[in-house]
Amino acid sequence: METKAEASETMSDLRNHAEEIAEQFSDHLDIDADDVEERLQNLVDEYRVPVDEARRSVVNSYLDEAGLDRDELGRGGNEEVHLADIDQDEQWVDVTAKVVELWEPRSESISQVGLLGDESGRMKFVSFTTSDLPEIEEGKVYRLGNVVTDEYQGNFSVKLNRTTSIEELDEDIEVGDDATTVEGALVDIQSGSGLIKRCPEEGCTRVLQNGRCNEHGNVEGEFDLRIKGVLDDGDAVHEVIFGRDMTEDLTGITLEEAQEMAMDALDTTVVVDEMRTDLIGRYYRVSGPELGRYVLADDTERLNEPADAEAVLIKARSI
Amino acid sequence: MSSNEVPSREVARRVFAEEFNDASYTFKESDDERAPVYLLLPTGEKANRVFLVGTLTEKEDVGEDNEYWRGRIVDPTGTFFVYAGQYQPEAASALRDLEPPAYVSVVGKPRTYETDDGNVNVSVRPESISVVDATTRDRWVVETAQRTVERIERFDQEGNEYGRMSREEYDLPTDRYKTAAVSALQSLEEAGGDELGGSDGADTADASDSESESEGSDADTASPEPNA
Repeated sequence: METKAEASETMSDLRNHAEEIAEQFSDHLDIDADDVEERLQNLVDEYRVPVDEARRSVVNSYLDEAGLDRDELGRGGNEEVHLADIDQDEQWVDVTAKVVELWEPRSESISQVGLLGDESGRMKFVSFTTSDLPEIEEGKVYRLGNVVTDEYQGNFSVKLNRTTSIEELDEDIEVGDDATTVEGALVDIQSGSGLIKRCPEEGCTRVLQNGRCNEHGNVEGEFDLRIKGVLDDGDAVHEVIFGRDMTEDLTGITLEEAQEMAMDALDTTVVVDEMRTDLIGRYYRVSGPELGRYVLADDTERLNEPADAEAVLIKARSI
Repeated sequence: MSSNEVPSREVARRVFAEEFNDASYTFKESDDERAPVYLLLPTGEKANRVFLVGTLTEKEDVGEDNEYWRGRIVDPTGTFFVYAGQYQPEAASALRDLEPPAYVSVVGKPRTYETDDGNVNVSVRPESISVVDATTRDRWVVETAQRTVERIERFDQEGNEYGRMSREEYDLPTDRYKTAAVSALQSLEEAGGDELGGSDGADTADASDSESESEGSDADTASPEPNA
């Protein structure tokens, strides 16, 4: 009885090992748990190798087959994490995320760069040319196995690498709105603000430069209002984008009025000039989701109430 | 990764006039010709840009052939000098149109120049000048006091290279800047609710906002009648 129980325990033990190993290599090799179990069993039963050693040996032979280093496998079965939970540099993780946005890579070494999103939030991703990975598409959901987290100035991103597995999933993800709140003085309004024209092509909406869309060439643009501003609290800067509604609220200038102003002056820049005069050098609090380096303003409040001098006074006297 | 990032924008430091005018040492952190030039603040921080709010008390066109405007902007601790000429057309035209006294905010770059007698003077080359109200000015005073106190707190910390640089270049006690911050804050308390421009300083674009704000704060400060 005892030996039978022991034997069946070893059996299920081997099965577990086999499934774990198959899972570990599922991104790299076409193997199933039965094959793995057979190899393990052969070592354990026929050659009397301890289970641990058998597992080690089987993993090594698969590593050889896949042409991988042990490090590249991660530590066997990464943690599947939510983007918002990523708070450490150089962690190997798996994520399931939607490609929210693809950006123009700024360098030859980058094959794709953009924004991933899951229920918890959004995060930048980078994929390098040398990794030779299939391209992922905007709006689709993927399970990305074995990506590495990266930190730059307190901002986290994930890097795809040559061991990353990319599996397209037939599902949609409601991308979470990880709203953040920033405040400070508006110290600059950047170019591309005020009365702008957008490309009218289906799904494009790129901002035209001198009547040209980067993608579609010369087009008859559609007017829109937007402000790309810089909030600065003396410690850090935050770039903020105010869309049409927020811009209208903030400046009291509607799109129609802006178009009239531009028509009267025969120049669209009068609009942004007026906005500069109204907004720069004042304090604001802005909340909204973070998109790359920008905060998209959903809610904006001009800070008119007096600041708390008492708290600073107490601190000043304490040092 | 960092090489693929857009160079980050320089933070606009908050510094009172007294400390700003004590600064004189400038440096670069790279050999690149276009690398940013930093002014070393005596409390141990590098400043390539500043944001200040104060009262414009005087303006004068000191240019010879071309317009060159000089403005004096006063905070609770001293006076900032700002200079704007043809290369700062927006700021120059703002100074031309302004009637002192007025609360203004300035975003700008520190500039140093050596006088004939070998002293180094510091001024601000403005990127923008805007007319603001009293609450914005008071908010700046509190914020600048806070940032100053934070710099003083960090000053002697290990690894604070700008603190170390300040000790080498200036050897000024940070106490005086703490005292300046404290008296700046006290000047706000003394002014109480009766502040210059508090009612007429709000600009028209935000008139509706500030109205609703002040209603709100009235309600907050009114002491509720006890229900007997």
